[in-house]
Amino acid sequence: MTVTTLAPAAGKRASTRSVSRETRLLPIAFLLPGFLVILLVVGFPMLYSLYLSFTNYTLTSAKSFHWIWFQNYGTLFHDPTFWQAFGRTVLFMTLATNLEFLIGLGIAQLMSKAIRGRSLLRTIIMMPMMFAPILVGFQFKWFFNAEVGLVNNILFSLTGTAHIIPWLIDVPLGFISILIAEIWMSTPFMVIILEAGILSLPTEPFEAAEVDGASGWQKFRHLTLPMIMPFIYTALAIRSLDIARAYDVISIMTGGGPGSRTELIWTYVYRLAFSGHNYAMGSAMSYVTVIISFLFTWYLFRNVIKSRWEGRE
Amino acid sequence: MNLALPRREKAGYKQAGRRRNRLDTLRDVALYVIILGFFLPVLWIILTSMRPNVEINTRPPVWIPAHLDFDSYKILLGMPTPEGAFGMGAAIPFVQYARNSTVIALASTLISLVLGTLAGFTFARFSFRGKNGIFLSMMLARAVPGVALSLPLFILFARMGLSDKILGMIIAYSALNIPFTAWLMDGFFRALPQELDDAALIDGCSRWTALLRVDLPLALPGVAASGIFAFLTSWNEFALATVITRTPASRTFPPGLYEFTGQFVTDWRGMTAMSVMMLIPSVIFVALVQRQLVQGLASGATKG
Repeated sequence: MTVTTLAPAAGKRASTRSVSRETRLLPIAFLLPGFLVILLVVGFPMLYSLYLSFTNYTLTSAKSFHWIWFQNYGTLFHDPTFWQAFGRTVLFMTLATNLEFLIGLGIAQLMSKAIRGRSLLRTIIMMPMMFAPILVGFQFKWFFNAEVGLVNNILFSLTGTAHIIPWLIDVPLGFISILIAEIWMSTPFMVIILEAGILSLPTEPFEAAEVDGASGWQKFRHLTLPMIMPFIYTALAIRSLDIARAYDVISIMTGGGPGSRTELIWTYVYRLAFSGHNYAMGSAMSYVTVIISFLFTWYLFRNVIKSRWEGRE
Repeated sequence: MNLALPRREKAGYKQAGRRRNRLDTLRDVALYVIILGFFLPVLWIILTSMRPNVEINTRPPVWIPAHLDFDSYKILLGMPTPEGAFGMGAAIPFVQYARNSTVIALASTLISLVLGTLAGFTFARFSFRGKNGIFLSMMLARAVPGVALSLPLFILFARMGLSDKILGMIIAYSALNIPFTAWLMDGFFRALPQELDDAALIDGCSRWTALLRVDLPLALPGVAASGIFAFLTSWNEFALATVITRTPASRTFPPGLYEFTGQFVTDWRGMTAMSVMMLIPSVIFVALVQRQLVQGLASGATKG
């Protein structure tokens, strides 16, 4: 793709020193291997799926399919389920990132102050992110089981009467259940990045504030928070991208169902492409979503890039 | 800079000398309670793997197990078990999955660390047209989820003879991890003063030796941080693995977990036992490098 533009440009900055052949060729040599691997595993397959999205390819008619132009995309834009899934994904992403951020910030702030056993606490808090997402899906599906699930059983023991709450089936509850699983699994990531941010702060401003008699909340609000902003942006950018492609946990817990009550974009893609045997349609949908993700990525990372590469170029 | 962390960490210990007031204690208690809350599901998973089968899936619940045993682990490992012990684990080639998972996760982590570090170094130390474009397209590769990628990748790999091959999985996972590694390492190299590089170049080092001898040793915490994330991704990935690994010859743990679910029953004991065994390498890995991880993130994730 853009690799071809590398060669003439590489020497631009080096004009201040001697433009050696090494300076011009090294960026290519260093970037190319990684870029080729990504091209092979992500680039080519996605190009192929772009091609398929303009055909009526299905898994059952893999041999005979033909070009149908934008028909799949047209169908998609008039499909209310797609727009519902899209809206639900945005809502899910907003709620999950914000809640994970608030809980993560709280824990990170407490952790940075903890005195004993910080290494142990850090290892324990990271355990949820060490589990395979698919296992988290299985476990939380089981925890939220209406008959024998851990959650209803805890309620049973606490109140003394059997509550058979259909967590994964009722309308807001299903959404809340997958949200809880996602938050449990991913908050640790926020904790680690935000704790890294808090620990990287210089101590002097805090000592000065202490001398001036600032309260803990004032120090947090006016010193910690503004100073760890770059870390907050980074954590939110990474998490938003990861949640936008959230699939494993939700597909196991509800599969987007019952009906399409908890349908998110990628469970719907799966339903269309694999269960519904309309692979081309699923590809078209992947594309619309990946393009939206790309715009979103660009929007989020623009700020990161700007703050990073300012004054360097 | 990475030097800031030890100072602050030390400051935390220094505070221990200060008279602790009631608020400090309250704060610590709150922290322990929250972390315990996060740990409860993990504890439940461990407990499930060791308690008698009859206590699983009951209402009213049984909170305290009658006894604990390692039967489900023994079944998985193919060791002799007491009479009456059963589980779906007997039909699962655990050792083979363990070998596949280990080889694939370690090899792909290593490859993505090498290639991602090179890319990150290039982003940090070279200036060229199209840099932002390449950086963004790498991040875009991260935004594509496995479910969208799995079928076209399978078709491509099948043509190349890479489907159901350990090599195919290694290549696929390397590609998944290179973007994030490149990004972290870029930030990390950026945090190192450019003067170090310039001095090395004046002393007659090539860019290559400057990277190896000067920048890389200083950026090791960043490598540790990237390594953890790459390892965890490869170790736990499901969507691609389930499509590419058709047989036990290359199958990894996550698709293996699926085999504990039958049409009507799920062998929770066996599944949790395998999960606990899957968790052990991750816990050891993270416990060993968690300090470098936080330190690595402190300068790698955001510094400009």
